Amino acid sequence: MSHDNLPVQDPELGHVVANPGVEEHIERFTDVDKGAGNRAYTAILMMLGAVPVLAIAFVVIYFAVPRDAYVDFGWLKASAMNVGLGTTAGLAVVLIGVAVIQWARVLMGDEEMVEIRHKAASSSEDRAAVAEQFAAGVEQSGIKRRGLLLGALGGALGFSAIPAVVLFADMGPHPTKKVRAETIERTIWAAEVRLLNDVNWLPLRPEMLEVGQLVNAQPETLRDLHGTEYMIEKAKSPIVVVRMDPESIRIPESRRDWQVSGILAYSKICTHVGCPISLWERQTHHLLCPCHQSTFDLGDSGAVVFGPAARSLPQLPIKVNEDGFLVAQSDFTLPVGPSFFERDSRNDFVKGDN
Amino acid sequence: MKLLTTFRRHSVARPVMLILALVVIGLGYAGVNPQRSSAETERTQQIEQGKALFDLTCSSCHGLGAEGTSQGPTLIGVGAASVDFQMGTGRMPAARPEAQLPARQVNYTQEQIDAVAAYVASLAAGPAIPEEGQYSPEGLSAEEIARGGALFRSNCSACHGIVGGGGAMPNGEYAPALVNTSGRHIYEAMRSGPQQMPTFSKEVMPDESVREIIGYLEAAHEQPNHGGLTMGDAGPVSEGFWIFIIGIGGLSIVATWIAKKGARAR
Repeated sequence: MSHDNLPVQDPELGHVVANPGVEEHIERFTDVDKGAGNRAYTAILMMLGAVPVLAIAFVVIYFAVPRDAYVDFGWLKASAMNVGLGTTAGLAVVLIGVAVIQWARVLMGDEEMVEIRHKAASSSEDRAAVAEQFAAGVEQSGIKRRGLLLGALGGALGFSAIPAVVLFADMGPHPTKKVRAETIERTIWAAEVRLLNDVNWLPLRPEMLEVGQLVNAQPETLRDLHGTEYMIEKAKSPIVVVRMDPESIRIPESRRDWQVSGILAYSKICTHVGCPISLWERQTHHLLCPCHQSTFDLGDSGAVVFGPAARSLPQLPIKVNEDGFLVAQSDFTLPVGPSFFERDSRNDFVKGDN
Repeated sequence: MKLLTTFRRHSVARPVMLILALVVIGLGYAGVNPQRSSAETERTQQIEQGKALFDLTCSSCHGLGAEGTSQGPTLIGVGAASVDFQMGTGRMPAARPEAQLPARQVNYTQEQIDAVAAYVASLAAGPAIPEEGQYSPEGLSAEEIARGGALFRSNCSACHGIVGGGGAMPNGEYAPALVNTSGRHIYEAMRSGPQQMPTFSKEVMPDESVREIIGYLEAAHEQPNHGGLTMGDAGPVSEGFWIFIIGIGGLSIVATWIAKKGARAR
């Protein structure tokens, strides 16, 4: 054990701070006043004595309180059993803790002592002994004479990882160009697919939408799908359909035919990390993603106006069919949702294109 | 015959005949359509009363003809539902311009609000104040309430939170909590789209769907919170905030108490 770091010596500053030694000992009230000591003793006993009572109360509440009973605090309707169990068990644990700490603080021995700091490293003798033992182990293992053993072991361990690597690599289809085009770069939107209001599945007509209206819509073809397929397509196909005053928005020449008198459809999947977004402000035309506050201007082809999203929201070209229903003209012209490594972002809409 | 001829030549004959004719026409008209005329009078009176109240409390921002000013939007075409929502929740008349008008104590009687609503509705067609059957979730089946939950999650939860606890919006705005909002006001807000809220028209979101949404909200708010404090139903951010402030703050107080030397005899 080395004590050479005490007292502090700084040769450059030329001063020495003397070891301050142990602080002067001042006795506690509970040590000098017998009454105070007894009171502290009684308090600790009472705290510990309350614990069995609470434990029994816990068991009684567990069996006696009906499961559907609740306590109405006005601002909170809480399950009566949960409140009872939580109060008794929580209070019991707190009382044990407080009693033990109070015991240590006011009744246990009150002596100050000094524990000198020392270096963390082992002594040089200990380190030399360990190095010697390691060298002896290497010698005994025989790998100095029969060197191939170590290589063979390394190879065996390395190759044993191959099954795991193959299994992990095969968890999904390999994202080749063809697979991507059939999966993440495609949705079930297609020409003549009707736009349906989500959940109540009403087909949309232009006259059903007022200026300032937002509709969360799905393709009609989604209703034919079930199970996993349904979930996979539902994750990509949701759209928000909004109607704005055509005079108050900017529509680029290239997208003039993508809308029906101010009714525009956009992907509902944020281009940042794919949260569903329908938080739309009718006055500013801003669509805000609740996850990371990416904001898209639906009155300006879905351009990003704020937040971490890097790409505009893909717009779905729509039209009115012969029966007067809103239908898609085609699939999205761009992959919806968040970016991925192989995604070609050259055709994205950039603010200023119009 | 002689009597009639004598009367015809009498000097009072003309005025008497005129009065008689007027009484006959008046009674005849009242007899043909008495209900409509009295209702119209009542309606006109209500609109006049509403116009007077509008000029006094609303016109400084919305203009004397409700055409809107730089301080407030036009109310032509917003409909009675919008007035009933804005005034019935205490949002209007606004005390001052601010990012978002909070719901406040209502200082007007329903009669006064109805009068202003009737006046605004008389300016141009707009969504009307709903009948109770249009928004009351009375008698909904469990399946319909579940569908209301799906509709709420699809259309409303982005702003109002997954069970209607409310949420934050940009620029100091917020989507209010729906816990204490009456079904009627929820219906009116959906139809009229107050402030930044989008409209949900009757054709896309029929009364039946609105009832299901209101039914879901009521069912969700009636349930006891088995998880304990809801902390505003605002999601993981507010919950994490509580853990940091209350949880870690409380622990540091306990740690300070444990390490403190305590009272000494001198």
